[in-house]
Amino acid sequence: MEGNIADGLKYVGAGLATLAMFGAALGVGNIFSSYLDAAMRNPSAAPQQQGNLFLGFALVEALGIFGFLIALILLFVA
Amino acid sequence: MMFQMDLDPMKQFVVKDIIPLEVAGVDISFTNASLFMLLGVAVIFGFYMLATSKANIVPNRVQSVGEVGYEFIANMIRDTIGEEGFKFFPLVFSLFMFVYVANMLGMVPYFFTTTSQVIVTAALAILVFLSVIIFGIAKNGLKFFRLFAPHGVPPVMYILLIPLEIISFFVRPVTLSLRLFGNILAGHIVLKLFVGFTAALLGTAGAAAFLAPAPLLLAIAITALEFLVAFLQAYIFAILTCIYLNDAFHPSH
Repeated sequence: MEGNIADGLKYVGAGLATLAMFGAALGVGNIFSSYLDAAMRNPSAAPQQQGNLFLGFALVEALGIFGFLIALILLFVA
Repeated sequence: MMFQMDLDPMKQFVVKDIIPLEVAGVDISFTNASLFMLLGVAVIFGFYMLATSKANIVPNRVQSVGEVGYEFIANMIRDTIGEEGFKFFPLVFSLFMFVYVANMLGMVPYFFTTTSQVIVTAALAILVFLSVIIFGIAKNGLKFFRLFAPHGVPPVMYILLIPLEIISFFVRPVTLSLRLFGNILAGHIVLKLFVGFTAALLGTAGAAAFLAPAPLLLAIAITALEFLVAFLQAYIFAILTCIYLNDAFHPSH
């Protein structure tokens, strides 16, 4: 074994930050499945909701991106 | 080993100087990133010069492809902002085209992907963010700050809501830039990794070499996915720009 523990733990932290993907996956999946559910029921109303769809998608994915950001900060900044 | 080659998946993102240049201590070298950004702009210019050179009421083939691009962004603005949003058509259209062409050029083997550099996407996102703030304040004055206090909410909730709205407003450039950067970066790393597996398997003389086509097939499938991602990320970048600009037009929503 070489190197110090703090450096190794950085990688562990970056790895743990990937768990943010789990939440983002659930959220994004939920948004698109609900959108498709609703769009199949009332296709004529679907286009007007596309803005909301992508806004919701962006907000949910933003939280996944924060996990990525933390991983980047741990690896390259801290 | 027979197949000694470079399998480092991060090497494709290295920015290399082509013409080293330094002005007043600032490194402004012409790099491969600059080259491919210029190439992207040249592709867009060239295509639209060709598409509009013999513009007719009944479009020819190239012109109708150009019109598809125009209609796509025009409908996006009409749906998210409304007719008054056409003031920002040039901005949204340029952003979409730049990101889309940069992503697509990145899919050509040995080409550099400019959108895989966080500084490029960050510059684009900050441009959008500042446009929203400056135009929002110029158009609405101080009413622009109603954006942080959505109405139809009990006043007590403002204690909680206003800080949240302010935070969510100021992380927009961060998420906008990192979404594009992260998606393109991750896609290209995965692509390179799978092709790397094939090369590494071929390098092992013996039974393992017969497994080499398996990761290659996956790499082909991922290439198809990456073309989809290239378009989708440009689309998301453009539609989010529209949604954010909509806040500048109608802050009291």
